[in-house]
Amino acid sequence: MSGLASGRIYFDHAATTAISPRALEVVAAEMAILGNPSSLHHDGRKVRDIVEGARERIAQRLGASPSEVIFTGSGTEANNGAIKGLFWFRTPRKVIISTPIEHHAVLDPIHWLVEHDGAILREVRVAGDGSIDIDHLEELVRSHRDEIALISLIHTNNELGTSITADELERIKSVIGDLPLHLDAVQSIGKVNFDFATSGATSAAISAHKIGGPLGVAVLILRRGIEITPLLHGGGQERDIRSGTLNAPGIVGFATAIEESVDELKERREKVSHLRQRLLKGAESAVPDLKVNGRGDAPGIVNITFPETENEASLLLFDARGISCSTGSACSQGLAQPSHVLLGIGLGEKEVNASLRFSLSHLNTDAEVDAFVGLLGDVIAGAKAAHHAKLPSLKAPS
Amino acid sequence: MSALRVIAAMSGGVDSAVAAARAKEAGYEVIGVHLALSKNPQKYRSGAKGCCTIEDSHDARRAADRIGIPFYIWDMSDEFHKEVVENFLDEYKSGRTPNPCLRCNEKIKFAAVLDRAQAMGFDGVVTGHYAQMRKTEIDGVRFRAMYRAVDESKDQSYVLAVLNQRQLQGAYFPLGDTTKEMVREEAKRRGLAVAAKPDSHDICFVPSGDNAGWLRERLGSEVGEIVDTEGHHLGKHQGAYTYTVGQRRGLGITTPREDGKPRYVLKIEPKSNTVVVGEREELAINEIEGERAIWCGPRPVGHLRGSVQVRAHGKRIPCSYQVHTYGGEVGEVGGIGESADRITIISDEAIIGLAPGQAAVIYDGDRVVGSSTIAATR
Repeated sequence: MSGLASGRIYFDHAATTAISPRALEVVAAEMAILGNPSSLHHDGRKVRDIVEGARERIAQRLGASPSEVIFTGSGTEANNGAIKGLFWFRTPRKVIISTPIEHHAVLDPIHWLVEHDGAILREVRVAGDGSIDIDHLEELVRSHRDEIALISLIHTNNELGTSITADELERIKSVIGDLPLHLDAVQSIGKVNFDFATSGATSAAISAHKIGGPLGVAVLILRRGIEITPLLHGGGQERDIRSGTLNAPGIVGFATAIEESVDELKERREKVSHLRQRLLKGAESAVPDLKVNGRGDAPGIVNITFPETENEASLLLFDARGISCSTGSACSQGLAQPSHVLLGIGLGEKEVNASLRFSLSHLNTDAEVDAFVGLLGDVIAGAKAAHHAKLPSLKAPS
Repeated sequence: MSALRVIAAMSGGVDSAVAAARAKEAGYEVIGVHLALSKNPQKYRSGAKGCCTIEDSHDARRAADRIGIPFYIWDMSDEFHKEVVENFLDEYKSGRTPNPCLRCNEKIKFAAVLDRAQAMGFDGVVTGHYAQMRKTEIDGVRFRAMYRAVDESKDQSYVLAVLNQRQLQGAYFPLGDTTKEMVREEAKRRGLAVAAKPDSHDICFVPSGDNAGWLRERLGSEVGEIVDTEGHHLGKHQGAYTYTVGQRRGLGITTPREDGKPRYVLKIEPKSNTVVVGEREELAINEIEGERAIWCGPRPVGHLRGSVQVRAHGKRIPCSYQVHTYGGEVGEVGGIGESADRITIISDEAIIGLAPGQAAVIYDGDRVVGSSTIAATR
């Protein structure tokens, strides 16, 4: 159930989405069970059996083997673990190849390595729709081959909805050969096809709460036989790569949610594609000068530039009218920064600050989309008026 | 009639938090907004300084959550830098003593923010200033008049006297009838964590509190003369703009006067980079020539009696005043911003240490008539 029943319309499913009712049930049930899965006694074994069963179910839906699934506390931790872990393990190689449109959970650890550990970042060019310039990637790989520590690419862009397609991935594989490739697939699961085994990737990051699972649990998929330097040291619970008592309730909820979202992928995609089309058709007639960003491979992510507005004004007005959406920008030091993703695909700062992300899911309805379209003209007119408020009171009479 | 829709400007302090809470309780539709005034907010506050630290925006957000209103941060740093910080530097460079809080109210809070709020369909801006708004009628003209706060020690009508009638129509000050002590108690009762947060006093963009040092860093040092009224050389200084008329300490003069009396800054001459010093008696003035007048209500006509205040929290002195040059057209209740009006104020008592650039605010009883920038004194 979503939106209208609560009087609000939730179009921010890429930030986090509703937990699935079945996942909620199994999380609550598991929370009541005593036992640490690392303990050797009966109670430990009982929980371990539940956790390992969940690991197998998750692995199967991701096209990975169970031993390749490493549980972490967040998608950010999975991305950090892969990037720093691969970089450190592959010392003295210093070059990291990535794109300018990564999520902060990838961008920031890379920048940290550049600042503190001598890493050299080489950015692959991206097109205006957020797709990767594979010819440029080939050039970079050729000129740095022996110095490359890893290549990190966002599989589905969280702001644009542009994914690396199967064909593109094939080309990337042939270009990079056996160099380590990390895929940030946090926005991919349940939205586009993702199969770790055939992806050619060395590692990938997945998060439960983006697909109807609980908060606080995620997965780093790490190909068998690949060693990396751990971020967290301790009990060595996860292949000695990640330490910390396993979040058994979270893991079980994750397994339930991933089964639902992968098994229903086709139906959900059809519904979300339909909602996207309905939304864009209505929006374009309400605000004819709008511009859509991204390729829509993950159809739920709808990124729109509304010229002559500022998103801090339009977001406020949408919120006040009962619609939750996002500016897509990170809030750094308390001050909204213009989205580096939109800057990265070549939008000017004005266009970036005029853009909003609406992220839909199968939980949304036609009625919600229609209600949104009904409000859109008004909200954008208000945001335009705010943009054009040119401080008339400042002028002295001449 | 539908509820008033207002933007509550929330600094992260106790006053603006309680003001927002009261507006909500009064049935207004309230949206909290924290103004980011610097591109590089300090990570950590040192003492009770500034109003643009990260901690302050977190405090404001937490208060908004407790009150149950939406909260946003608006980036006003470009506007603030241009209208307030640059103006502050320019004024000092010209040998005047500006008050940036007045400037911020005039150009940012009740201009940039108010205009934007009204363009977005809001009725006005709520702040935690201590002043009162009442509908008043004078000579058949009805308008929204501003009065001093009940808490005389906290009254902020002086720094709000730069608002014209159009701006005041959209200004809401829910704390004007309350003492600061009561506001703190109310904040505690409402479960607002900022209840015990210390007041801020310094200029928010000079967090160190070292005004002269901050100016020197930006305007550079330039050695100049310190002279007496006859032009005798008494010493050297590092930049005339770091001095303020009426200043006594830190003049950097090594030879004392023969009669042992202290010396005061009488005048700053920016062109020749000269600081003129003299006796306290020479600082006393009775006549103020004000420019750039702003009328909170109807523009005064004729020779009038009232009182004048020349500093925030300074005392009011009975005076006569008259607009002697009317500049341009003014609406019936002064519905414009700054005017080209010039005004003469004759105070009943001598005023000591008045610097050009300061604001002279005129009151009729407790009602704020308007303000002007001091251009000259006699």
